[in-house]
Amino acid sequence: MAEQSRNGDRPEKLSFWQRLMDNHFLLLFLGVVIPTVFYILWGIMEIANLPIAE
Amino acid sequence: MGQFRQCPDSGFFFDKSADRLMKANAVAGIVALLIAGVLALGVILTRWQSIHLLPADTFYTVLTAHGINGLIFWIIFFEIAVLYFASSTLLRCRLAAPKWAWAGFGLMLSGAIMNNIAVLSGKSSVMMTSYVPMQAQPHFYLGLILFAVGALIACFVFFGTLVIAKDEKTYEGSVPLVTFGALTAAIIAVFTIASGAIVLIPTFLWSIGYIAHIDAAMYRVIWWAFGHSSQQINVAAHVSIWYLIIGVLFGARPMSEKVSRFAFLLYILFLQLAAAHHILTDPGLSSEWKIFNTSYAMYLAVLASLIHGLTVPGSMEVAQRSKGLTKGLFEWLRKAPWGNPVFSGFFISLVVFGFIGGITGVVMGTEQINLIIHNTIYVPAHFHATVVVGTSLTFMALTYLLIPVLFRRQTFLPRVAQWQPYVFSAGMVTLILFQLGAGTLGVSRRHWDMGFSGATLSFDYAGTAYMMMAVSGVGGVLAVLGGGMFIVVAVGSLIFGKKLEPSAGFLQSFALAPLAPEVYDIEQPEILKRAEKLPVEEHGSSGFHAPGTFVLAMILLVCFVVYYFINWDYLSSVWPMS
Ligand code: HEM
Ligand SMILES: [Cu+2]
Repeated sequence: MAEQSRNGDRPEKLSFWQRLMDNHFLLLFLGVVIPTVFYILWGIMEIANLPIAE
Repeated sequence: MGQFRQCPDSGFFFDKSADRLMKANAVAGIVALLIAGVLALGVILTRWQSIHLLPADTFYTVLTAHGINGLIFWIIFFEIAVLYFASSTLLRCRLAAPKWAWAGFGLMLSGAIMNNIAVLSGKSSVMMTSYVPMQAQPHFYLGLILFAVGALIACFVFFGTLVIAKDEKTYEGSVPLVTFGALTAAIIAVFTIASGAIVLIPTFLWSIGYIAHIDAAMYRVIWWAFGHSSQQINVAAHVSIWYLIIGVLFGARPMSEKVSRFAFLLYILFLQLAAAHHILTDPGLSSEWKIFNTSYAMYLAVLASLIHGLTVPGSMEVAQRSKGLTKGLFEWLRKAPWGNPVFSGFFISLVVFGFIGGITGVVMGTEQINLIIHNTIYVPAHFHATVVVGTSLTFMALTYLLIPVLFRRQTFLPRVAQWQPYVFSAGMVTLILFQLGAGTLGVSRRHWDMGFSGATLSFDYAGTAYMMMAVSGVGGVLAVLGGGMFIVVAVGSLIFGKKLEPSAGFLQSFALAPLAPEVYDIEQPEILKRAEKLPVEEHGSSGFHAPGTFVLAMILLVCFVVYYFINWDYLSSVWPMS
């Protein structure tokens, strides 16, 4: 087992995209922050700025 | 005694606790589907105007329960099973924190029961969207909140399993594509559930009188961050299952792993923004917000779906051609195992999702032409193409695959299983096409009486609209029958199917007891090897080796362009500009 897994991390050059996609928690961060900013926060700000009817 | 068993037929490894948890979640999902399906009959027979089965208040109760059981409980329970499969089984890793996973399941189950009690009592007929200021009973919201918390725990069990697999080096290189797709689903799920909490917790407090007022416009914006994204969990999940199924049935490898992964990445980054397409007719939000979130962002996500829609059949075509099915454009497809419900279910779901779901989705997501069909029966028609024929039929196909592998039973009534995807989809496609037509004529969704009898302000629909609703009713009844066939086969197999493993008894089928301990005879499976590089990937790029798929894609494009411009033309006649 142990030897096999050592074979597994034979050094190799990984591209930027590959490293991004292997970083699961960075993806989680992006997948939550992007819609929170562009959809929720932006949307809520627009509604909050509406004048209230008298 | 070890931790894993290996399925002798498929070679998949099952961790002892993941094994039972997958069964429990899948079974709970199927029960919810049964409820949704029985209620569907009430819905469809009421919308078929000459039958007009239920009285108004019952109709809205039934419609609320139909939507929630179908869209939320069936699909999410099943998805949790898929997440555990994609992490533990595919990565050959023990499941992280099984006690937490059971706690999550318990919360989901009690939440689902609590919510159903609230709805079926008739005092919470607020539709699945539960827009304020309509108020449901407190346990309606509380049930949904418990369900969401349970699902969130399950997502973190999934993430935890990924971490363990990496630490314990159960796989080489990157996670397999199917797991990456499931990761996409789990990421979207975290955002979905967080949004659900932001909107439902205050609403719950309002229902018990703690908060005086909830702003209706705010509610809608945040609710759809939850409601739309939850559909995108489904897309990511069923696309992953498509890749799994072509791998299992044909030994197909994605034409380019890189491209498919990139398409999932586009989902993670952009798919959720398209939630704004539900708000296109709301006042109070700027066109900039609407158009940025639908057009620009949504088209990147649509691009990703087109990539999957091309590479899934393309990869299957390449695999089939390499086995010698090279005659003409379509021998690879003609000679596919059409009698195997795993295949037929998957392929029908791919075609209907792509052609009908995809094309109508883009039309509805375009700010201007959305106006033609907003809030008409066109909308349920669209999402029955995506979430019923797309997601649900894919999950049914996966169930057929899992009956022997996970439940260790032979399929009960295989002939019924063989016909099921055809009956179900024939009924559903009829329902969909005719409701798309009726919606274009303006027939409302969620409307008990299209005849407006006794209404002060009434409206006369054209006779064709009534006719179309009737034909969709016939399709709906057929679809309910097809759904029933699935339930009979699935539940029948768990109870009466021939045992492929002596200890796979009744209790084991329903996750109430574990399989015999000696079945788990493997301490840790061998490391999951990195797949050999495909020749295509080594050369960088190469020609498209799937001419049949290319032709199908061109047909899709032509259908889309024609239909899109017909809608613009129609818009110009609805709103004369001269
Ligand atoms: C088995 C056959 C099915 C039939 C005949 C059927 C029929 C219908 C019809 C006619 C409506 C629209 C009613 C209206 O707006 O007035 C509807 C709504 C809906 N259906 Fe289905 N359906 C079926 C299965 C499913 C399944 C499997 C799911 C979930 C995956 C589902 C999810 C929904 C949802 C979410 C709504 C919207 C409820 C709302 O507007 O609040 N349906 N169904
Ligand atoms: Cu949506």
